[in-house]
Amino acid sequence: MKQPLVTYILGAFFGLYVLFLYGPMFVIFLLSFQGPTGGMTFPLQGLSLHWFKELWAQNVSGDVAGSFQRSIALGLLVMVITVGVSVAAGFGFRRAFPGARVLFYVAVISLIMPGFLISFGLGLILQLLGIDAQWFTSALGAQLTWTLPFGLLIMFAVLARFDRSVEEAAQDLGASRSQTLRHVTLPLLAPGIVGVALFGFTLSYDEIPRTTLVVGNSNTLPMEVLAMTNTLTTPSLYAIGTITTLVSLACILFALVSIIRMQRRTKLKKA
Amino acid sequence: MASFSPRGISWLQTAPLVVILLVFLIAPLAVIVMVSFWDYSVGGMYPDFIWLNYEDLLTSPTTIALYQRTLKFAFLVWMITLIIGFTVSYFLTFCIRSTVWRMALFLVCTVPFWTSNVIRMIAWIPFLGRNGAINQGLMAGGVIDEPLDFLLFSEFSVVLTYVHLYTLFMIVPIFNAMSKIDFDIIEAAQDAGATGFQVLRNIILPLTLNGIGLGSIFIVTLVMGDFFIVRVMSGSQSGTVASGMAYEIGGLQYPAAAANAVVLVAVVVVIVSIILRFVDVRKVLTE
Repeated sequence: MKQPLVTYILGAFFGLYVLFLYGPMFVIFLLSFQGPTGGMTFPLQGLSLHWFKELWAQNVSGDVAGSFQRSIALGLLVMVITVGVSVAAGFGFRRAFPGARVLFYVAVISLIMPGFLISFGLGLILQLLGIDAQWFTSALGAQLTWTLPFGLLIMFAVLARFDRSVEEAAQDLGASRSQTLRHVTLPLLAPGIVGVALFGFTLSYDEIPRTTLVVGNSNTLPMEVLAMTNTLTTPSLYAIGTITTLVSLACILFALVSIIRMQRRTKLKKA
Repeated sequence: MASFSPRGISWLQTAPLVVILLVFLIAPLAVIVMVSFWDYSVGGMYPDFIWLNYEDLLTSPTTIALYQRTLKFAFLVWMITLIIGFTVSYFLTFCIRSTVWRMALFLVCTVPFWTSNVIRMIAWIPFLGRNGAINQGLMAGGVIDEPLDFLLFSEFSVVLTYVHLYTLFMIVPIFNAMSKIDFDIIEAAQDAGATGFQVLRNIILPLTLNGIGLGSIFIVTLVMGDFFIVRVMSGSQSGTVASGMAYEIGGLQYPAAAANAVVLVAVVVVIVSIILRFVDVRKVLTE
């Protein structure tokens, strides 16, 4: 199996791919610390926090602070609903029931349907019914059509590896159904549920195609940034990029650390 | 709870999912189909049942041009992401021995998925522009005398951005399929005298076909559904079917955009069903 030369070539290919993946991000990260006289490309005219301060002082057109708050709030809402609905549905799919197949296929369609069309259709409904679009109603619902299929598929993967005999063992030992759920099933599924939460928050936090036509008058952050790509021509645009990427990275790190700690704890209990 | 049958409990547990998908997926798609038959004028749209929107759409030379470009983008991005996705997955699965390292490197590939697409898109601008990093580097190195113009706001930068944003959707399913391959089969084939290429062609490729299929479906639907990357990264000089739709929606021509959407979905369904002839996606998604 060991073919050193092929391994090196493929390793170099992988390295180039990672460079391609992270290089541009790293460049705007660097350029967001551009000196006050610097522009949107290299060379760096010194390093400063000038462009972050501009954002802080609201010297840029657009509602960065407001849209940032809305995106965080919406992300948390989507996260909570995604966890609740996908965990419940995951349990539902553990038995065969009439309609299971159809529901599964509809969820897959929801996953691969171009998001822009969902936004358009929902926008038409709102217009026909004379309802105003809002980020916390119509955009929330539209984003759920993206996060729920992911949540459901993660629950499938998690439940497929879940050993049901531990539930039976708990009940043999006299645990009630709710005790089994609270003390056995949910703790064992917890790492997977954190994964669902990570998808729920981060996918909502960055969502554009489904949100675009149904967000209403108050934009979410990615929508605001998209609108700014034409108007904002200072490194402040990159400063937004740096901040929002750091938020995403913090979420990923938090989720990973929680998952690893939970898995360690279950292993200790087993031992 | 004892009063519910097992199937009743399943229905209750999946009811919230059903309601959300009905209201926010099925109903919007149904309304698009309905409105595609409506009439419209400058003043608004009117309930009707006419085929005019489809006739206008299917007889317009713009439509053909938009579909040609959309399909060209989809094909190019599919091919490039397939090559990258397969190679990266192969490296991770068969060249990295330690499970911890394999998962760590896989994570390195997936982290950008959870960060913002818009930011990752605009991150290419300082790279590719006339005064961007690539042009400055090439000019400093004496490779070129004048900055290359085709790098940014061109079809090149559109495809590059698609590949950058979407390759992960190819890597994950292929990696997932490859990591289920039993190493014993490969060793047995090698013991029986199979060359590396024969192992690749006769064992690894067939066993990863379902993953490739799922990844291909993702890529095709993502590229064909995109409406803003093509606009921003081509500097509004290029368009696809979805960005054409966005333009019609901006002009309040909803029934025309709706007919456009129905045809787009029909084309996507045809492509996806061709892919599904070769692979069993349900198997990949539920196992």
